[in-house]
Amino acid sequence: MSDTPAHSVAFVRETPIPPADPPATERGVIKWVRENLVSTPANAVMTVLSLVAIYWFLALLVPWLLNGVWNAGSIRECREIMAGSGGGCFAVLTERWHQLIFGRYPTDQYWRPTVAFVLLFVALAPVLFQTVPRRLLIFTGLYPFLAYWLVWGGSILGPIFALAGFAVGYIAYSRLVDRSFAMGFFGGVLAAIVTWWITGFLADATGNVMALETVESRDIGGFMLNLILGTVCVSLSLPLGIVLALGRQSSMPIIKWICVVFIEFIRGVPLITLLFVANVVLAYFLPPGSNFDLILRVIIMITMFAAAYIAEVIRGGLAALPRGQYEAADSLGLDYAQAMRLIILPQALKISIPGIVNVAVGLFKDTTLVSIIAMFDLVGMVRGPILASTDWNGVYWELFGFAAFLFFVVCYGISQYSQWLERQLQTDRR
Amino acid sequence: MKKSVFLGALAVSGIAAGAASAATLEDVQARGELNCGVNTGLVGFAAPDANNNWQGFDVELCRAVATAVLGDPDAVTYVPLTGKTRFTALAAGEIDMLSRNTTWTFTRDNDLKFEFVGINYYDGQGFMVPRELGVTSAKDLDGATVCIQTGTTTELNLADFFRANNISYEPVPIETNAEAQQQYLAGACDVYTTDASGLAATRAAFENPGDHVVLPEIVSKEPLGPLVRHGDNEWGDIVRWTLNALVSAEELGVTSANVAELANGTDNPEINRLLGTEGGLGEMIGLENDWAKNMLEVTGNYGEIFERHIGENTPIGLARGLNAQWTDGGLLYSPPFR
Repeated sequence: MSDTPAHSVAFVRETPIPPADPPATERGVIKWVRENLVSTPANAVMTVLSLVAIYWFLALLVPWLLNGVWNAGSIRECREIMAGSGGGCFAVLTERWHQLIFGRYPTDQYWRPTVAFVLLFVALAPVLFQTVPRRLLIFTGLYPFLAYWLVWGGSILGPIFALAGFAVGYIAYSRLVDRSFAMGFFGGVLAAIVTWWITGFLADATGNVMALETVESRDIGGFMLNLILGTVCVSLSLPLGIVLALGRQSSMPIIKWICVVFIEFIRGVPLITLLFVANVVLAYFLPPGSNFDLILRVIIMITMFAAAYIAEVIRGGLAALPRGQYEAADSLGLDYAQAMRLIILPQALKISIPGIVNVAVGLFKDTTLVSIIAMFDLVGMVRGPILASTDWNGVYWELFGFAAFLFFVVCYGISQYSQWLERQLQTDRR
Repeated sequence: MKKSVFLGALAVSGIAAGAASAATLEDVQARGELNCGVNTGLVGFAAPDANNNWQGFDVELCRAVATAVLGDPDAVTYVPLTGKTRFTALAAGEIDMLSRNTTWTFTRDNDLKFEFVGINYYDGQGFMVPRELGVTSAKDLDGATVCIQTGTTTELNLADFFRANNISYEPVPIETNAEAQQQYLAGACDVYTTDASGLAATRAAFENPGDHVVLPEIVSKEPLGPLVRHGDNEWGDIVRWTLNALVSAEELGVTSANVAELANGTDNPEINRLLGTEGGLGEMIGLENDWAKNMLEVTGNYGEIFERHIGENTPIGLARGLNAQWTDGGLLYSPPFR
């Protein structure tokens, strides 16, 4: 009898059995369906109900989109072409798209806001993305003046002089700030005002240099107006909000109480009230004949409103920082400005990103409220001129659907960016 | 009411502040533009078309005044105003005249310190019902559900009407005209009530307008007209007589087609006075003598304007009704040009 297994047993498997496939119910599509759709009787019922709901929704939506009429002169013509097929009357979009986007902006000047819109992304790139060359920040600084000139037109000297004022103010600030911050700040403001005052005479004397056709504020409308209000107000309210949040935590009572009163007052008042004040009541306090630009008034009001909310969001971020961070900054011998700039704010702002984005998205959508004070933004354009035209009265879904689509694209973009940014800044212990 | 008192107080302070610019005519001529307040959008009455040109029944009056004063129908800056911003804009001097389907009421005229210079459209609250209900009179509406915009005078008028006729109804409160259209079409209410011109415009937008009828009863008075600020009677006269000229021209048979021919002189002295070949009436209100002729060439007479924007050949299809000449059984009655 040999000891080797080969002789002691009849058969020895020398290679492992290839693994069998899992049972049909435990793999592939079937497994996924079992686990996700019909794992319990209750879930099975929910699945069926959901499928019915989705079918019902698509059965309404798909024919509406596919049978839509894109070429017609009026809603009556649309209905004739459709002959009851249940399609949408998208012809209103093809005929009035320029009003939805640009409002009553002169037709032959559409290239101007379009260029400004494209350049907006160039200007935003270095602010939003760390990898973009830092030199582009110079363009970001110039962009507001360039965009103003493009959108409103007029002589280019106006924006240039405005820019010069800021430049002179900054130079004065950087010269004086060594002695004290307050001196630098007020010196800078004073220098800027003096520059503007002097260049005011120059602008009158020089007339139109590289002048674009002037466009009145009341002709600016459509989605362009929402974008202008949204971008300007968000970018202005963020620094203002930071200042207010820091001011509210200040140990100096006057500054603290100014900030508290401002924030609490603005947060206690509906935005629509502020807009009415901007539109209606201010006219009584200004001297007769003086025409304080309506868009500017609205920008001021929306900025104040958003700044109050952003201040509270940032205050939350400041409060969430452990006490040790403040003490660490102090123990390093940093003064207030340095501690805030280098230690506290970077951390506090990072915590506040979701809240700030929330405010920004809300603010952007709130810009449609200006339609109530007779400004023709996207919604104002739909509710006013387009629905009131004899041709298109009665087209609701297509117009408001288009408006919702435009807003969704922008707001979803903002939200995706903020999530990406949070992941980028993810340096802590989570 | 509370609000109008508040606005009135504001308006008064506005007048006090704006008293310096009493001579509106000179202001307009110096500016070369008429600032005219219009609706942000009301079917047939005011709305910009696809090329951003304002069109509509109320807009024509702005064009007529601009032609009379400046000789150019396009020298108008249209200031779109909502129901809430219209009075303050006028009181603050942002606009020279308001031509925005505004009902002439006692408080607006006196409390808010405005001057209504006339009536360019006699409106009134009406009822619309589906034809299949077979209702022919509003008095048959006992027990009906009624869609009604909340917070408006129509709500009060409705209650008055049903109480006076001793019949009952069930209100379905809605917020906007757009909502009303949807609710009514979805059958949430049997009846929709609002101003008759609004009913006609709403009905015109329906897929099958023929399935709905506007009942003959009109239960309120809504005289709509242009208005100006108190305190500048010369300017008020210009707007008033511009409107009267449009009405008179129709009565006298002067149209945009024949005005050039008639302006060479006719046997009818009133036509001659209207068109400026006799009497020198234009100079009396600070305008050229042929102001009305220029204006009628551009806009046509009242009847032409009506037919162009809201008349029976438009999708809105309003009948002249009360807005016919007094000679045709309507209420339009211009004082004579004499």
